[in-house]
Amino acid sequence: MKKRKIKYLIGDIIGLTVAFFVFIIPFMFIIFNSLKDTKEANLLKFSLPDTLHFENYIEVITAKDNLFLTSLKNSLILTVGSVIILVLVCSMAGYVIQRRRGRFMSFVNFLVMSGLMIPVAILPTIWVMQGVHLYKTLTGMILLEVAFHTPLSIMLYRGFMANIPVELEEAARIDGCSPLGLFVKIIFPLLKPITSTIIILNAVTVFNDFMNPLYFLPGSENSTIQLTLYTFMGQFSSSYNMVFADVVIITLPMLILFLIFNQKIVDGMVAGSVKG
Amino acid sequence: MKKKSVYSYWFLVPMLVIYVVLFIIPIAISFFFSLTNWTFDGWSFCGIENFKTFFTEPSLYSSIGNTFIYAFLTSGLKVVLSFLIALFLTSGIKTKTFLRSVVFFPNLVSMIAVGLTFKAILNPTKGILNQFLGVLGIDGRDWLGDVSTALYSVIGVDVWKGLSIATVIFIAGIKSIDTTYIEAAKIDGANGWQLLKSIIFPLCRPAMNSVILLSLIGGLKSFDLIWAMTGGGPGYATDVIASVIYKQYAAGYYGLSTAGNVLMYAMIAVIAFPLQKFLLKAEEG
Repeated sequence: MKKRKIKYLIGDIIGLTVAFFVFIIPFMFIIFNSLKDTKEANLLKFSLPDTLHFENYIEVITAKDNLFLTSLKNSLILTVGSVIILVLVCSMAGYVIQRRRGRFMSFVNFLVMSGLMIPVAILPTIWVMQGVHLYKTLTGMILLEVAFHTPLSIMLYRGFMANIPVELEEAARIDGCSPLGLFVKIIFPLLKPITSTIIILNAVTVFNDFMNPLYFLPGSENSTIQLTLYTFMGQFSSSYNMVFADVVIITLPMLILFLIFNQKIVDGMVAGSVKG
Repeated sequence: MKKKSVYSYWFLVPMLVIYVVLFIIPIAISFFFSLTNWTFDGWSFCGIENFKTFFTEPSLYSSIGNTFIYAFLTSGLKVVLSFLIALFLTSGIKTKTFLRSVVFFPNLVSMIAVGLTFKAILNPTKGILNQFLGVLGIDGRDWLGDVSTALYSVIGVDVWKGLSIATVIFIAGIKSIDTTYIEAAKIDGANGWQLLKSIIFPLCRPAMNSVILLSLIGGLKSFDLIWAMTGGGPGYATDVIASVIYKQYAAGYYGLSTAGNVLMYAMIAVIAFPLQKFLLKAEEG
């Protein structure tokens, strides 16, 4: 028994050391350099700042006519909007896809699951967006993010639905519940654990998305938070302190979300996706 | 009259409208526009000209090979490393909760932010990686500026970031194994290696298949990180299909750009679909 304890202790030490070098140093590097003055930050050294420059953060926020604040607003609308629609639309669809059988349902299931693999057709999408007059609009971008994240969300809902007994629905139906009432009052509340997982997974992906807004939401008034980094990299190419300050503030919202939902991520995955 | 099902088709309508109009239809159209000279103002049919260009222009066809290397290497490394990390983090060590959070953390940072940060860390003269190697007496190099190392450096960073989600999936897989199997095996006197080989590994197959497919497909589509770190350079050394699609779009060659998209579909059809079938079969048998 004692030998085991020593083995685990050695494991702890090795784990912490490797994690420190591989994962923690890069993050300390970002934070330290975001607080340095330009000259010191450009040396790209791993060291504590000589003097603390919290004003870097204010400068990043106010640069280019408050581009950051506009982008933050856009990103938040985009993230919240698409996550809400995803949850509503995919929970309903995942429920019916899991419960109903038949040729049409297998076709729908195939269509949705192929989306897990197939990448977005970029220029034709722009063309379609122009056709429905949604190109370069936040509404259009929200609907696109919904479309792109539908397959994974449905897969998770469908997987979770498999563990909910059908008897519940039958009892409710005998009591005279309508199909919609049944879903809203009985099924949706039961889906709560997997809904949390879906909220955090999609929120992180949409908030951190760079490529899709780059293509489908061009224009500085439409800038999202990830694009600010790209803009600042051009503008502040010789001031790494600003770039790193931007990295820190654009990561903070996701960090907060993570601290709230930490445990739920693994729980939801155990319950849903892996058992399929 | 047939009794109406409670699982009304109406429940599918909102999803299908959004998904089909904004995702499926553009894909269907892309096959047509890949055969044209196209701007948004008009198009003219040009047959397989775009694909010919793709396979004859060195700057374009090198991207196909790079996409393969990128997808297979990132996927392979993620599978092996994250499985080992997940085993480690589900063992009896005390700091596992803390370490789990640390490993998950890169997932919260966007690809573009990770890319810019590592561009600084890999800086040839000032970057901390080369300085660290210098302390160990190893000569660093211009990781991203050298044609022979650029692609592999980006791959390394991709693995660094992608380990988190793969590890979470493996941890979920290992945790969902019924502990009675493990206890029974222990009573039968199985040692650590036998336990791993005959219980944990086979019962983790579904999780492993998810990781292989997700990371392989992610690798085939990868754009953000490459764009942030090298922009496809030096030369065309790190150009992948996704970055070529963007470059051709920016240059106004919409037909050629869409042909790149179609090539990506072909790759997925050739690699990912058969792989999925194979993995599912292996899982059952």
